[in-house]
Amino acid sequence: MSVNFGSKRIVVGAHYGLRDWLAQRVTAAIMALFTLLLLAQVILTKGDIGYDKWAGIFSSQWMKAITFTVILSLAYHAWVGMRDIWMDYVQPVGIRLVLQIFTLVWLIACMGWAIQVLWRL
Amino acid sequence: MTEIAKKRPVFRNINALKDLPTYRLPVAGWVSILHRVSGAVMFLLLPVIIWLFDTSVSSEISFSRFSSVFQIGVGLIPAWLVKLVVLGLIWSYLHHLCAGVRHLYMDTHHAVDKTFGHQSAVVTLVLSLGLTVILGAKLFGLY
Repeated sequence: MSVNFGSKRIVVGAHYGLRDWLAQRVTAAIMALFTLLLLAQVILTKGDIGYDKWAGIFSSQWMKAITFTVILSLAYHAWVGMRDIWMDYVQPVGIRLVLQIFTLVWLIACMGWAIQVLWRL
Repeated sequence: MTEIAKKRPVFRNINALKDLPTYRLPVAGWVSILHRVSGAVMFLLLPVIIWLFDTSVSSEISFSRFSSVFQIGVGLIPAWLVKLVVLGLIWSYLHHLCAGVRHLYMDTHHAVDKTFGHQSAVVTLVLSLGLTVILGAKLFGLY
């Protein structure tokens, strides 16, 4: 027990997962509030929603800023969640690492696409 | 590996094929595992979600393509399959949201008991499935 560094380091203990745990909840709250905001705008729109009104919701600068925040929140949230799933169900470290890298690449690529769509409006 | 990690005993008394089909999960357990399943579904279908966002919002032309996907399908995928996938996404989102709000509520209220766990789980399932049926009926043009 006296040696606690290098390969002998004990990697379990308090607070190791607190940041991700909290981030997952904060990002969840942001996305839930965004859902209400978007829903409110759809409901408050008068008449049938065609292309103009639908795209109009996302065209204002403040809505773009909020949607951008939600895209980043979603990526962080999904990363924590997917990492939890891999850690629970995939024991071999090598396969787990590959799946975690896949998760990151997948999320970053999707984020890039979503932001591109958002900002060329 | 550390000495502690080496000594730690591993208990594997649940066999996925033998035990899981007969294991009677409580309602809260169903909400929990479905929270994971719905999250994973949305993660894997993320490109579909962004594609729907892209086509619906980019231009008049892409919007008409977005609408046509629900009427005549896209490529080899028929419209009913597109609707089914979207229905799956709607359920995933609603379940994940309801179960997530339940989670946040339980996190901030430390005194959670067995009764509350059961009742809130039932509410989560009824609410998410009910809303899925209502929105699904709209999606498939029943009203």
